[in-house]
Amino acid sequence: MRVSISQKKIRDSFVQKVQEISGQNLLVCYQCGKCSAGCPAVSEMDILPNQVIRFAQLGLKEELLNCRAVWACASCLTCNVRCPKGIKIAEVMEAIRQILLRQRRDHVDITKIPLEKRKEFPAIALISNFRKFTS
Amino acid sequence: MKLAYYPGCTLKAHGKNFEETALCSLKELGIEVQEIPRWNCCGTVFSLATDDVIHHVAPIRNLLRAQEAGFDAVVTLCAMCYNTLKRADARLQESSEVRDKLHRFMNEEKINYDGGVRVFHYLELIRDQITLETVASLVKKPLKGLRVASYYGCLLVRPKGIGFDDLENPVIMDQLVSSLGAEAIDFPHKTECCGAYQTVDKPQVVALRAGQILKAAREQGAEAVAVSCPLCAFNLDYRQKDIRQLEPDFPTMPILYFTQLMALALGCPEETLRLDLHEVDPRPLFKKKGLI
Repeated sequence: MRVSISQKKIRDSFVQKVQEISGQNLLVCYQCGKCSAGCPAVSEMDILPNQVIRFAQLGLKEELLNCRAVWACASCLTCNVRCPKGIKIAEVMEAIRQILLRQRRDHVDITKIPLEKRKEFPAIALISNFRKFTS
Repeated sequence: MKLAYYPGCTLKAHGKNFEETALCSLKELGIEVQEIPRWNCCGTVFSLATDDVIHHVAPIRNLLRAQEAGFDAVVTLCAMCYNTLKRADARLQESSEVRDKLHRFMNEEKINYDGGVRVFHYLELIRDQITLETVASLVKKPLKGLRVASYYGCLLVRPKGIGFDDLENPVIMDQLVSSLGAEAIDFPHKTECCGAYQTVDKPQVVALRAGQILKAAREQGAEAVAVSCPLCAFNLDYRQKDIRQLEPDFPTMPILYFTQLMALALGCPEETLRLDLHEVDPRPLFKKKGLI
């Protein structure tokens, strides 16, 4: 993937917003890649968890707001417990989802799930999915 | 210790087999619990956004209900309920700002909740209070010859400080399975995420993930997989239908709540196991082993 970096993007309020919502200091990351090595969802991701952090450091807002990776993350927290710098990567993923959801850009539309499928799901599946993927 | 019981939503419907077997096993172990009056859904997932406090109201209100009813400890069965209740309580206690905000959100309540209700998972209770020796001594029907892999998933062990066993190599369920007389099968995928709620919008991804977990268990010789989360149970059990569409000769694997194994070994009536609630029927395996 070709990306362009600039001072303007790095200083964009987007970086601050991600840090505030996630409660994480993005610059602590030294890109060891351990989060991506252990992530069970990487096969579904277009950018890897360590790249999500790098992109966030650089303020690559459009790339992050349009990526598939944050929706492939199931907040299993494997990355969080393995990060040698103590960064909560799952919280950063959540922050990016939240920035979209707070603009009512839902990832899941319940009406698109067929009724007979909906009936099959236990409450726990539906509630957690809507909590994570809808506004 | 006066112990309250928080069932959560799924245990009252799809997870009846979890609840009924847990309550029967508790009775056999001589532990008395009382369901929290007027409990509500815990919200299932703990909010990871620092500024999102409103979503802690649901879990905290349950702890408040427990406190109001005079309890100082709550036991849960579902891994997601356990995680959400315990994390919300920790969040309230570590930040006075969050606590004050929660008090204001719930200002119609008669009391303010400031912490003080301890949240336990049933497995934790078994290990630390009841003890595995006691469980073993009360076994009426040892699960002899049954090879069970224990799948912990995410929320019994993570994050650090909330989970109650080793982050990478939990053993509590394996030890329980052994004390019931079954053979505990270790396997590398015991804390690998099944995909959780992705099952709603990306069922095919979860089917692949569940397939990998079950294959890993089978390779180590497991005949059944034990779980403690109704969402893991749904994904590992019901997604086998989807796995078989992709791989018609995929051998099915029964998925059991650890409490079903307990109920069976402790001599609870077979009806309490609710074996009709499974996609992959565990009855042929139990019959083969002479357990039912």
